[in-house]
Amino acid sequence: MNKVEIAVAPEKLGATARNDNWWVEPALVATGFTIFIVYATWRGLFEPQYFEWGPYLSPFYSPRILLDWWHWSPAILVLWVPAGFRATCYYYRKAYYRAYFLDPPACAVGHLGGDKYCGETTFPFVLQNLHRYFFYLAVAVLAFLWYDAIRAFDFHGQFGVGVGSLIFLANVVFLSFYTFGCHAYRHLVGGKLDCFSCSARTKTRFKIWSVVTKLNEHHMLWAWVSLFSVGFADLYVRLLAGHVITDIRLF
Amino acid sequence: MPEAIMKVFRGISREAGEFKTYKVPVEEGMVVLDAIHYIQGFLDPELSVRWNCKAAKCGSCSAEVNGYPSLMCKTRMDRFPEGQEITVEPLKTFPLVKDLVTDVSWNYEVNKKIPPFTPKPDADWTFMQEDIERVQEFRKCIECFLCQDVCHVLRDHDRKDVFAGPRFFVRMAGLEMHPLDALNRAEFLKDHAGLGFCNITKCCTEVCPEEIHITDNAIIPLKERVVDEFYDPVLMFFKKIFGKS
Ligand code: SF4
Ligand code: SF4
Ligand code: FES
Ligand code: FES
Repeated sequence: MNKVEIAVAPEKLGATARNDNWWVEPALVATGFTIFIVYATWRGLFEPQYFEWGPYLSPFYSPRILLDWWHWSPAILVLWVPAGFRATCYYYRKAYYRAYFLDPPACAVGHLGGDKYCGETTFPFVLQNLHRYFFYLAVAVLAFLWYDAIRAFDFHGQFGVGVGSLIFLANVVFLSFYTFGCHAYRHLVGGKLDCFSCSARTKTRFKIWSVVTKLNEHHMLWAWVSLFSVGFADLYVRLLAGHVITDIRLF
Repeated sequence: MPEAIMKVFRGISREAGEFKTYKVPVEEGMVVLDAIHYIQGFLDPELSVRWNCKAAKCGSCSAEVNGYPSLMCKTRMDRFPEGQEITVEPLKTFPLVKDLVTDVSWNYEVNKKIPPFTPKPDADWTFMQEDIERVQEFRKCIECFLCQDVCHVLRDHDRKDVFAGPRFFVRMAGLEMHPLDALNRAEFLKDHAGLGFCNITKCCTEVCPEEIHITDNAIIPLKERVVDEFYDPVLMFFKKIFGKS
């Protein structure tokens, strides 16, 4: 692209003529993420004793990987997958580039930092391009969470429903809506095709792509709902295991 | 009749220019462009503004209203609380010509560099609706360049030297996804259009008056196509062995 006269002087952080509350959204997002990250780190690293209660296995500790030589919390062996999946997710990228990196904090509002901006062209952000590999791994973890959710209805070999069973089921449904609305999946399943109607195979892929597109349209919603539900499912197990609350059996 | 207080940028350079305040009577259904026309007609005939259709279809009347990139003809006056000052400024990202008029010709230069639609030699020119639906969304673009104006890569970082901007990712997505187009623009997108500079923060999508899902439907799918060609080690390995994917 050719160089042109610089029309804009680089502006200071927050410089804008906008007079609406543009700072509310980044502030809420930063608060929400920070609370979740602090909570998940604390639970994952420092509380390995409260990982299970009855048929409920905390999603932070699933799948349960036990290795003789590993002396730290087993959650660390798992949590890097969902953490990497979300950190490289296109929605979360938008959200934290705005809320944490303030680049830009909101539209038509001055950014943080100097003029060395490289976007996602250089290390480390160029690694965001590997998001699809985290998607593959996240699907594997999701399979375990589905297994856990089904097991949450199994009370000593008897079918039963506790409040926890419903929380686990809702959580895994939300996580699935989030995972299968992924942009990388949308591309792999059919988005990369230029012709949807050219063969029986591409027609099938078009059908799957259309469903993924529907989920993808609300990707931000499912990102937040599933973040909340996964934290809540873990908190529920934590409170049960710590004898703070008791699970109500519905039948 | 209620009156609006319009604070309008006047001048031929940003440094020497200034805001002038005008009082404009407000009628029902009025848009910001009407207020600007009132100023031109009755208060200050030298005020320059570019416009054409007053129907949000020509893309000429782009400006920043209360700091937000907007089409003046699509911004209703009743959106603003009575008595609140309404500022109207020229687009920040492009060189100023005069008052509210900017020189957007850089965009046309970028456009010329894009490898154009190149049909396959044996193309069958009948195709199905589902094959062209994605492209139709992109064809709604009215070239108002509001997305170019708001994009922080151009607006704040001034990377016009390496970055084509969202409007042209929309155009290229339309070409790349076209069922009859034979070219692959992945390399052009990565190395010449600077797709990687976009950090998908979605301001382009927020301001687009045609409500094109620029980020979700054009930029991200293009980023994924570039990943196929340049970043996915497994795909690249298979491509090396078997040739074309
Ligand atoms: S999403 Fe990308 S192209 Fe659109 S405004 Fe943001 S950085 Fe610019
Ligand atoms: S994509 Fe939307 S905002 Fe950008 S030039 Fe086209 S109509 Fe305007
Ligand atoms: S884009 Fe959000 S999970 Fe892949
Ligand atoms: S005058 Fe045509 S878009 Fe506003």
